[in-house]
Amino acid sequence: MKIDLERVSVRHPPTLSRRGEVLSDVSLAVASGEKIAIIGPSGAGKTSLLHVLACAQQPSEGRLLLNDHDPWTLSNAKLKDLRGQLFLAPQIAPLVPRQRVVTSVLAGRLPQLSLLQSVRNLIYPTNLQAVHDALARFDLAEKLFERVDRLSGGERQRVGLARVMISSAQLLLIDEPLSALDPQRGDQALASLCQMAHDRQATLIATLHHVEMALKFFPRIIGLAQGNVQFDLPVAQVTPALLTELYRNQTEVDHAFDAVQTAGDTIARPAFAPACR
Amino acid sequence: MTSLIPTSAPDFSDIASQHLRDPAWSRRLTGAIVALLILWPMFEWTEFKIWTLWGPESLKQTGNFLASFFPPKLSNDFLIQVAHETWRTVAMATVGITLAIVLAVPFAVIAVRVLSLSALTGRMQFLPSAVREIVRAILIILRSVPELIWALIFVRVVGLGPTSGVLAIALTYAGMLGKVYAEILESGDPSNSQALMRNGAGRLQTLFYALLPQNADELTSYTIYRWECAIRSSAVLGFVGAGGLGQMMDASLKMFNGSEVLTILIVFLLLVWCSDLVSAWLRKFLS
Repeated sequence: MKIDLERVSVRHPPTLSRRGEVLSDVSLAVASGEKIAIIGPSGAGKTSLLHVLACAQQPSEGRLLLNDHDPWTLSNAKLKDLRGQLFLAPQIAPLVPRQRVVTSVLAGRLPQLSLLQSVRNLIYPTNLQAVHDALARFDLAEKLFERVDRLSGGERQRVGLARVMISSAQLLLIDEPLSALDPQRGDQALASLCQMAHDRQATLIATLHHVEMALKFFPRIIGLAQGNVQFDLPVAQVTPALLTELYRNQTEVDHAFDAVQTAGDTIARPAFAPACR
Repeated sequence: MTSLIPTSAPDFSDIASQHLRDPAWSRRLTGAIVALLILWPMFEWTEFKIWTLWGPESLKQTGNFLASFFPPKLSNDFLIQVAHETWRTVAMATVGITLAIVLAVPFAVIAVRVLSLSALTGRMQFLPSAVREIVRAILIILRSVPELIWALIFVRVVGLGPTSGVLAIALTYAGMLGKVYAEILESGDPSNSQALMRNGAGRLQTLFYALLPQNADELTSYTIYRWECAIRSSAVLGFVGAGGLGQMMDASLKMFNGSEVLTILIVFLLLVWCSDLVSAWLRKFLS
């Protein structure tokens, strides 16, 4: 899906002054099938930006165009159809504790199912193979009939990603997919996401805390700080200096320092993951 | 010890106690005082004087009244009749609550704000919010009329017998269930249902895949509690001719037959106790 963001600002509802802005004057152009990582310190507006792109948050100013249509001018039914083509995966996977993994994953396919079909899936899941395959991409195939509240935090996060996998969305907006995963799982998860986006020609935008992972997997990096786009560059042009600047004045000094070091390494010898390029 | 601390040093303990005051404290204190100020006149207005219960005259009267109940009547004929009416009472309560659920569920689903697609991105649109207000008003009307009054109305329409009791329970309880179902569905964490709707799922799909499973045990235990209440209220409805144990008790009371009343009361106790067991078992089964 193609995205155009024209000078978008977002304020938290109660404040109408400029000071309450979470995003200010953000412009972006994203071609269909691009893979982008959004990095930046906590509170930079990364999640808000994803919410704007997911039509979950209406911009206070400016305009969002998805495939050249402004979603906020669409009728309710059209907007619902559009929502069916995008997938917003929140940082904490929205899984119902007493549900089984199979049902939770199948919920990713609801926009493509009629009400009757979705109720039938509750009685007996029709597409077990697809669910199994989606889970297998994240090493969770054996948890298919397990209850969600028996899973660990990392497993839940991967179930959330399997839900993305089974949807047929053309725009994938993933918020911090690695927050509960160890480095090895994180690698695997990002590789799977990139591969899937590549296979179905979908646009993939992920916010990431791990700068080194962003640089390793994504061809285009957007640095966000205090609601502003600090840089929007191909990964090869992201320099350690830019990263230091991005994370400056932040409490997460350690993290930024790691990031810069790893960034230096990556740029020195670009061992890029093949899945994304 | 004090000599070790330089006299110019600020008194940290004092600063700490100033800065670390719980900011909610004054609000809590005001709340408690206001509650007392509102409650006290209410006790006055209702002439609530609990000590009169222990006056020698009242104790004697109570004692006499209770003594007339003993022993419970346990003759075979009577027990068979009680069993028959018990069954009728349970049936009345069960059919009544089933009809109430059938009425309440659609109302609750319409009234629930979490399932509003237009509220997903801020304010709900005018038409959906108006429909919700209308449904809420209907629910208020249904439950603000006591079931006794509904029963009196239906006894005139469909005649004496359990049918009027069933209808009375169905209407009042639909009002209660609808309101509380909606509140239970709204009380939980909305992020699961929001996530589904933001990704294009429909309202009913979201109901089945997020809201219901998330709140299933609360909904069940509340419904069972209401079923228990319906059994008790079907007893009261018997007094206006809706049949069941209540009608029997009414007859016994009018004949001053204390031992029959006691037997019926014991049956009530057993019924409520059983419904408690069923509810506990169902909740365990669900989780």
